[in-house]
Amino acid sequence: MSFDELYSEIFMEIYDHPHNFGTIESADLKSEDSNPLCGDKINIYIKIDENRRITDVKFTGKGCAISMVSASMLTDKIKGMRIEEVLAIKPEEVIELLKVPVGSTRVKCALLPLAVIRKATGINP
Amino acid sequence: MSDIWESIRNDFPILNRRFNGNRLIYLDNAATTQIPEYVLDGLMEFYKNSNANVHRGVYALSEEATDRYEKARETVRSFIGANRPEEILFVRGSTEGLNLIASSLGKYLFNGKKGGIITTIMEHHSNIVPWQFLQESGAELIFADIHDDGTLDYSFLDMIDENTKIVTVTGTSNVLGVIPDIKKIARKVHDAGAYLVVDGAQLVPHKEVNVNDLECDFLVFSGHKMVAPTGIGVVWGKYDLLEKIPPYMGGGDMIKEVHKYNATWNDLPQKFEAGTTNIAGAIALEKAIQYLKKIGMNKIEEREHTLTKMGMEIFDRMKNVTLYGPHENRASLFSFNIGRAHAHDVASIFDSLGIAIRAGHHCAQPLMERYNVTAMARASLYFYNSEEDVAMIEKGIEKVKQVFRT
Ligand SMILES: Cc1ncc(COP(=O)(O)O)c(C=O)c1O
Repeated sequence: MSFDELYSEIFMEIYDHPHNFGTIESADLKSEDSNPLCGDKINIYIKIDENRRITDVKFTGKGCAISMVSASMLTDKIKGMRIEEVLAIKPEEVIELLKVPVGSTRVKCALLPLAVIRKATGINP
Repeated sequence: MSDIWESIRNDFPILNRRFNGNRLIYLDNAATTQIPEYVLDGLMEFYKNSNANVHRGVYALSEEATDRYEKARETVRSFIGANRPEEILFVRGSTEGLNLIASSLGKYLFNGKKGGIITTIMEHHSNIVPWQFLQESGAELIFADIHDDGTLDYSFLDMIDENTKIVTVTGTSNVLGVIPDIKKIARKVHDAGAYLVVDGAQLVPHKEVNVNDLECDFLVFSGHKMVAPTGIGVVWGKYDLLEKIPPYMGGGDMIKEVHKYNATWNDLPQKFEAGTTNIAGAIALEKAIQYLKKIGMNKIEEREHTLTKMGMEIFDRMKNVTLYGPHENRASLFSFNIGRAHAHDVASIFDSLGIAIRAGHHCAQPLMERYNVTAMARASLYFYNSEEDVAMIEKGIEKVKQVFRT
């Protein structure tokens, strides 16, 4: 894994100012999960309309740069998607989204947000 | 003086490896240590020349293997100053050792009776969870606290009373580097008629230990944290006590006679060594002990003390870095956090410089909670680390600060 790619300026910029960080009081779906390896914890809040389309999504959590950036990008991506489409997102797509090479141990950090989103939508990963 | 340490580094082939163009700087010795050629050769030699199952065959090869296995036991006995070789039980490691003690001592003490088990908030999960299992049998688990600087708060000694059955404490914290005063605890525990268990996983590899001086009733440690391979470790227990408590696992070798519905136990130490044990591992542990003794445990302690002092100076200089654990009397490891950076990112950034450190909860989640963090980064040293290795901690911290602008 190349260090400079992993902790690039852009990457750190997102870490400093993650999108969709916060809670939704009247969330229709919510869930939390943690990574036993590092204790990272992420909460996801989702609002959906009558067509099960995501109208808003937010997350809170404490974690490493990889999990936080992944949560920021993934929540951006799923906004406007239908639940079925969200469930079809593959782990590889999340890694691709990050645009950085992630080492094998840290893949878990990158995929934690996806796991929490899936849990919120009622399907176990 | 420094010359001998430089030549010692050459005993460890893995220290020549490079990652991403950088020399490997191995600072995860609290997790596992590297193995010198002397030990690797010894392991191989056993398999090439003396491999057979022990205590079973009547042929010459099996007798030779048995003799070598028992000689390894004797080497361990002398290494920790135990009175009898039968007090040395070979197990997989500290975790299995603590499970063995919790299970067997637990059955002996809690058989329908109530009582207290005192442990500390800084223990490794392997010295917490096996005791939690005993809660079903009537044990009440009590946690001794620490001061904010990580040192043990000895006020728990006043809680020890006739209700207390077991006190179990680490010989050295794998997170804080705290070295509790075992003797002080032992007196109080024994006055109350309770038993003292010491988790020696981070103690035995780093300083000379004599179980009679420690005054504990049980000690466990792992070979792989003291230049031996994984899968071999030791339980030491007092002979009379090991005689009294029931066996842990059932199977071959641990029995005297087996009938359809019951069995009688073999003598010590076989009573606690069910099945085929890690015979070659025991031989390798013997080699590891010979290797450490040749350098000298006191020399090793001195060397680590020098390196630790160097490390402390780095942490003293660094702003915006939290170092956990005491300033004085600390073992050769540093758990820390840097500003707002997550410990995992810290470890990844160190890795980019070829420095192997650990990040996470270090199997001590109650302790993480005590400090209100989810993770820490940890650099841990052993005698074969060089001054340059320690200096790299500073380089790593600086790079983290640069990336995180903290
Ligand atoms: C203090 C302490 N106790 C127990 C253990 C468990 O040792 P093992 O994994 O060899 O069973 C460790 C190792 O991580 C440790 O540091």
